[in-house]
Amino acid sequence: MALFRSTPIAPLEYTRKLWMRSWVGLTMLFLYAPLLVLMIFSFNDSKRNVVWKGFTLKYYEKALNNDSLVEALVNSLTIAFLATVISLIIGALAAVMLWRFRFPFKGLVEGTMSLPIIVPEICLGVAFLIFFAKVDWPTDLPWPLNLSAITIAHITFCFPFVAMVVRARLASFNKEEEEAAKDLGATEWQAFRDVLLPHIKPGLVAGALLAFTLSLDDFVITFFTSGPDTITFPVKVYSMVRFSVTPEVNAASTILILLTVILTFIALKLQGVKGIAETH
Amino acid sequence: MAGALQDWKSQKKPFAAIASVPIFWLAIFFVAPMAIVWLYSFGQNAGPADIEISGTLENYKRATEWLYLSIFLKSLAVAALTTLICLIIGFPVAMAITFAAPKWRPWLLLGIMLPFWTNLLIRTYALMALMGTNGYMNKGLGGLWEGASWLRTLVGMQPLEAWTPVQLLYNNFAVVLGLVYVHLPFMVLPLYSALDRLDKSLIEASLDLGAGHFKTFMQIVVPLAAPGIVAGVMITLIPALGAYLTPDLMGGTDSQMIANVIERQFKRANDWPFGAALSFLLIYAMFILIALQSMKTSKTKEVR
Repeated sequence: MALFRSTPIAPLEYTRKLWMRSWVGLTMLFLYAPLLVLMIFSFNDSKRNVVWKGFTLKYYEKALNNDSLVEALVNSLTIAFLATVISLIIGALAAVMLWRFRFPFKGLVEGTMSLPIIVPEICLGVAFLIFFAKVDWPTDLPWPLNLSAITIAHITFCFPFVAMVVRARLASFNKEEEEAAKDLGATEWQAFRDVLLPHIKPGLVAGALLAFTLSLDDFVITFFTSGPDTITFPVKVYSMVRFSVTPEVNAASTILILLTVILTFIALKLQGVKGIAETH
Repeated sequence: MAGALQDWKSQKKPFAAIASVPIFWLAIFFVAPMAIVWLYSFGQNAGPADIEISGTLENYKRATEWLYLSIFLKSLAVAALTTLICLIIGFPVAMAITFAAPKWRPWLLLGIMLPFWTNLLIRTYALMALMGTNGYMNKGLGGLWEGASWLRTLVGMQPLEAWTPVQLLYNNFAVVLGLVYVHLPFMVLPLYSALDRLDKSLIEASLDLGAGHFKTFMQIVVPLAAPGIVAGVMITLIPALGAYLTPDLMGGTDSQMIANVIERQFKRANDWPFGAALSFLLIYAMFILIALQSMKTSKTKEVR
């Protein structure tokens, strides 16, 4: 190999070592091969997944004509959208609260806020199941109000993540800027809108992306809070995988994977690869 | 942090405007549900849809029976094994990203993070499709088997029997593989951020002074990256311990983890108080793990 290289490998250029490259390559293969196979075979004209029988879009047609699947997808996107917007507001307020004020029991509030991140999903799901049963949360509301229980549950585990990301961003804010704005006659609200908000915007974008994917991704908590009429996409795919594996699932999954990739690239456009990498 | 914190008393109105919503939400939709679960764990079934909170410890006593204790220990073992495998796979990857050319680094990071953003259920399902009896993993193993068989005929031995597809799914192996697949990005990212902060001249110095790559790795890189290793271990171990979906879909009858037992209490077995007690035992286990971690990190005096 060394014969083909123009420059010798410096001691710290671990990435140029062959075993290191193959290690990274194999890891990427491990991470992506299942997804790529799934995506490729969603176009396969065969019930059985292994042999390529020719290109077809019929499973996409089937998936898009499957009303309950489409409904589940629409439900999931609606919940993710609502949960993201509300988590952003609550998370940003929480971050500003912790960053700006000294108040009694602050440590307790801060600790409690990090709990939804740490508590296992299954325990949170169980808690919401019991809670909504206990308070007799109405289940027969018209769409989209029937999604309220799931949305509330999602906001609860999403907003601490938003708060965390925004707070990290706030740490670099120079408070004198805000004071200067107020000295120059800005009201509390104007100072917030015109000085603080632009500064934390990258944090908000990253937080929104995180909240949206967390909400769209969630199966366990939704599984416990959803009723028979409020099926989300992961819950629907779960029942399809459980009872009968059909190529329709491949097609629907491919749509969702593509949606994730598109979202990621929108975030990249907004923030650059580096910004995204740094917020995680 | 620039500037001092403001006392809430001097800024009552802005404080109320900012703090009321998050605190209210946290109290109503997190603390209250958790408190109800906690109360239920001291209760018993008094009727088909009625739970009496009687202060009994019966549920906790039942949870320490060997049947449940063994499942708990097994979950811990599976989660620990998953974490160890993630660490072994993830460390060289994190090293490679750290020392990659600057223009490649963000893309490698993105490559690790993209699966993390992809739906967990879809990823599990994709892995299952690959591991099925008709899947590519079995095809690959079959190819190796036939190769071995052909080699045997070359040296004049009896060929092996024809390859029969093996059941890769629905056992403990599948659960561990599935958990590794899902949690690998969780491990790589904290490792990378620790390695990225590491002063590279220390490695150079060690190499210059005659230590080999392995010695440098064990005595310089690993101790300096310790906070990242601890963070990566925790961030992998905790969700793996509470994993529900992977053991449910990829495991067999003997590979249930604690989350599956909890789920059963709430759906099929319909024993909510017992399920509540198990949930809280799982939460206490998390707290113990986190306490151990904070003891470890205060020892190493991490300065962030």
